[in-house]
Amino acid sequence: MTILATLPLAVLPLTALEPEQGAAVLLPDGTSAAVFLLHDGSVCAIGNLDPFYGAPVLCHGIVGDRAGTPTVASPLGKQVFCLRTGRCLDDPGVTLPVFGVRVDEGVIQLSTAVNVGETALWTS
Amino acid sequence: MTAESRLVVVGHGMVGHRFAEALTARDDAGRFRVTVLSEEARPAYDRVALSSVFDGADEAALRLPPLDPARVDLRLGVSAVSVDTDRRVVTTSAGLEIGYDELVLATGSYPFVPPVPGRDAPGCFVYRTLDDLDAIQSAAASARSGVVIGGGLLGLEAANALRLLGLEPHVVELAPHLMAVQLDEGGGALLAGLISGLGVAVHCGAATTQVLTDPETGRATGVELADGSVIHAGIVVFAAGVRPRDQLARAADLTLGPRGGVAVDETCRSVSDPRVWAIGEVAALDGQLFGLVAPGYAMAETVADRLLGGLATFPGADLATKLKLLGVDVASFGDAHGRTPGALCVVLNDPVRRSYGKLVVSDDTSTLLGGILVGDASRYAMLRPLAGSPLPADPASLLAPDGGDGAGLGALPDTAQICSCNAVTKGQVLSAIAAGAAADVPGLKACTRAGTGCGSCVPTLKQLLTAAGVVQPKALCEHFGASRAELFEITAATGIKTFSELVSRYGRGRGCDICKPAVASILASLHTGDHILDGERAALQDTNDRHLANMQRNGTYSVVPRIPGGEITPAKLKIIAEVAEEFGLYTKITGGQRIDLFGARLEQLPAIWKRLTDAGFESGHAYGKALRTVKSCVGDTWCRYGVQDSVGLAIELELRYRGLRAPHKIKGGVSGCARECAEARSKDFGVIATENGWNLYVGGNGGFRPRHAELLVSDVSREELIKILDRFLMFYIRTADRLQRTAAWIEAMDGGLSHLRDVVVDDRLGICASLEEAMARHIAGYSDEWRAVLEDPARLAKFASFANAPGTPDSAIEFTVERGQRIPAPARPLLPLEPR
Repeated sequence: MTILATLPLAVLPLTALEPEQGAAVLLPDGTSAAVFLLHDGSVCAIGNLDPFYGAPVLCHGIVGDRAGTPTVASPLGKQVFCLRTGRCLDDPGVTLPVFGVRVDEGVIQLSTAVNVGETALWTS
Repeated sequence: MTAESRLVVVGHGMVGHRFAEALTARDDAGRFRVTVLSEEARPAYDRVALSSVFDGADEAALRLPPLDPARVDLRLGVSAVSVDTDRRVVTTSAGLEIGYDELVLATGSYPFVPPVPGRDAPGCFVYRTLDDLDAIQSAAASARSGVVIGGGLLGLEAANALRLLGLEPHVVELAPHLMAVQLDEGGGALLAGLISGLGVAVHCGAATTQVLTDPETGRATGVELADGSVIHAGIVVFAAGVRPRDQLARAADLTLGPRGGVAVDETCRSVSDPRVWAIGEVAALDGQLFGLVAPGYAMAETVADRLLGGLATFPGADLATKLKLLGVDVASFGDAHGRTPGALCVVLNDPVRRSYGKLVVSDDTSTLLGGILVGDASRYAMLRPLAGSPLPADPASLLAPDGGDGAGLGALPDTAQICSCNAVTKGQVLSAIAAGAAADVPGLKACTRAGTGCGSCVPTLKQLLTAAGVVQPKALCEHFGASRAELFEITAATGIKTFSELVSRYGRGRGCDICKPAVASILASLHTGDHILDGERAALQDTNDRHLANMQRNGTYSVVPRIPGGEITPAKLKIIAEVAEEFGLYTKITGGQRIDLFGARLEQLPAIWKRLTDAGFESGHAYGKALRTVKSCVGDTWCRYGVQDSVGLAIELELRYRGLRAPHKIKGGVSGCARECAEARSKDFGVIATENGWNLYVGGNGGFRPRHAELLVSDVSREELIKILDRFLMFYIRTADRLQRTAAWIEAMDGGLSHLRDVVVDDRLGICASLEEAMARHIAGYSDEWRAVLEDPARLAKFASFANAPGTPDSAIEFTVERGQRIPAPARPLLPLEPR
């Protein structure tokens, strides 16, 4: 799989995020990504729409870990998603889009969704 | 079908009642026309719990379930004066003759009053009926101390009643120690020590020689003992044992037992007249009388079965007893006195833990014969079924506080009764666990009824669950091995104020949606003054707390301003209407007497709350595991029936506890009279006005498993009520599991409601001062958290729709209109989600 070098979907300052508190980022198509600054300083971004409810809320979920894997829990139905792969750990058939993230000089750039799979997060 | 038979029951005590109930329940064919004669003018009540009338229960709480009036002709205030067994006729005190085909005597017993001079003086009482209690209560008003003659079960109950009436109680017992029937000297001595500590003066080995009286009024002034000493007391209660009320049988020439009572065979049928049966305390089987209710019930069931053609027999009774006397656990079972030839005793007398245990074993030490437990009777449930069985372990280890766990239980046969109140066997409990019907104690209670009576078997149920491999994890989640209650103590003791520090020192990983909100709640309970959205704390908050509003299914929020007690001015109602109109919010009246405004977008919340707080509203904490509302009826301000100001109290309580975060939501209610229009008993705490003050009920809830709150204290003043409520709520906050409502918390507590009462009313643990202090800190530290958000730009920044477009509405949220209001557009879940 090739990741096309395109313009970033969105940019925002790293200071807009607080550790383990997600934020929604508006994307050009009107949808949103849920972006998270983890405890270790890395940044992840997944689709913000809760697939079980169709509501744009995953950015408000509680960030934590399951056996070391960074996760977010849906604030509505409490299903837990892996922040690195977008996979729902409580319902393996469900996977969220994962966005490419580059952090450069205190600026976060989101790029198109990395097709999900076990692909590691595309990050700096 | 056979013709209808006439069945007359003489006596409507607990046993007579049970009999009528059992018979009518099973007599589907309507074979019997039942008449019950009740000497007392009130229907049957729980005599065993008599003293609880002074401990908060009202008479109604003691009442037994009523008999079906279509099936039973219950004649209150009518006694039998004679029985003619030839004509098969009972003559009543009303002068009527009632013919019978079958006659059941359930006349019970009468208190034995030793023949001491002065025993009939005014101020002397017996302790048997509610009328006796009424008389004692009236006399108590003018007395300072009372003396009970008799230190057995009944005597100690009576002493408790005197204590609850505010008298200084004395107990005089002829035998060298208390409860001579059940206990030995060691157990009796410890019991005496424990209840002396409660202010009951115990005089053992003391014979009463006379009741002293006032030469002018003739009233009792005290008693004189054989050693010449005098106990001054305005009330003298005789509780020196009971005698069977067998006068009717005696006069009818029925055969009596050697110590009185109607002689019956093992079917409880009179040995001299096949048409007459006797049950309860008036029945004598092989000369033995049974003064406990459980054998009485067994006799009632036996006769009901026999009359309907069954083959039941009364097997004799296990006179095992476990009870709480004046808050002290006392248990005795099997051959407690070691009367079996060659019996040996193992005694563990622990003055430090203030417990006494004795096991009686056979001469070859292979079989457990009986035992006595005082102070700590937690082993009773495990030991009693073992009586007569091989000892599963070294007897000393069975008595040891932490030894022998599970060993004894594992050795129990499946037929052993675990819950004697509801006759639930170990086998029934195990099969409920094996079938997956119950995974915890509340589950077992629901499906087997075990543990729903006295609750003494709850620890055994826990052990059985553990033994069956059902993990009873106290660990909160994979990040903390401790339970919520333990984390609370750790957090309080260490002063840790961040999750990061707590998880790095006492846990592992980065937490999850279970432990983070639990810690957030603990921190909020401990530090009311700190804002829940500040710093790292915001990342711990669950869905609703995260933005101080209730997230709805489409990602919008609902807003609930506090309306204390449900009282609101028209002007404020207008503000709510204006806000709803301006922001297009759907409005609905809640069950907690306030108004819910739905459909607010995240970024609208600050503007909505600006309008509300400017008009004097504050957060209603509908989003928090916190105090929600204190619902009220209008009370005596308006209502013709109200006896107290329920609205005023509800407002006071709601304002006192607003913002109080807890393991789960807390709801309250206050009703201005017993009609209970505020439905207070469906709340975690419910207050109901009485003529004399307030009754406090705790542990109610609606929801999945509705429960009525139970009476904790009665007729207390407003001040006392608030003090006990402060303690109750703080004790709950400190010790409950996460998301455990008060009902489940009390149910899971060893000792249940009575333990709770010990702690928060009687201060048995000595923690009430610290509970009150914690509540005082909460009250002093309270401020409106929504106002605090509006005043702080950093907190306001958390209410942006998008980090890169803070005021832009999210187009994924859409509405439609129904019945004139805006509601969420039908959801469009993305499932199944295909990779793009």
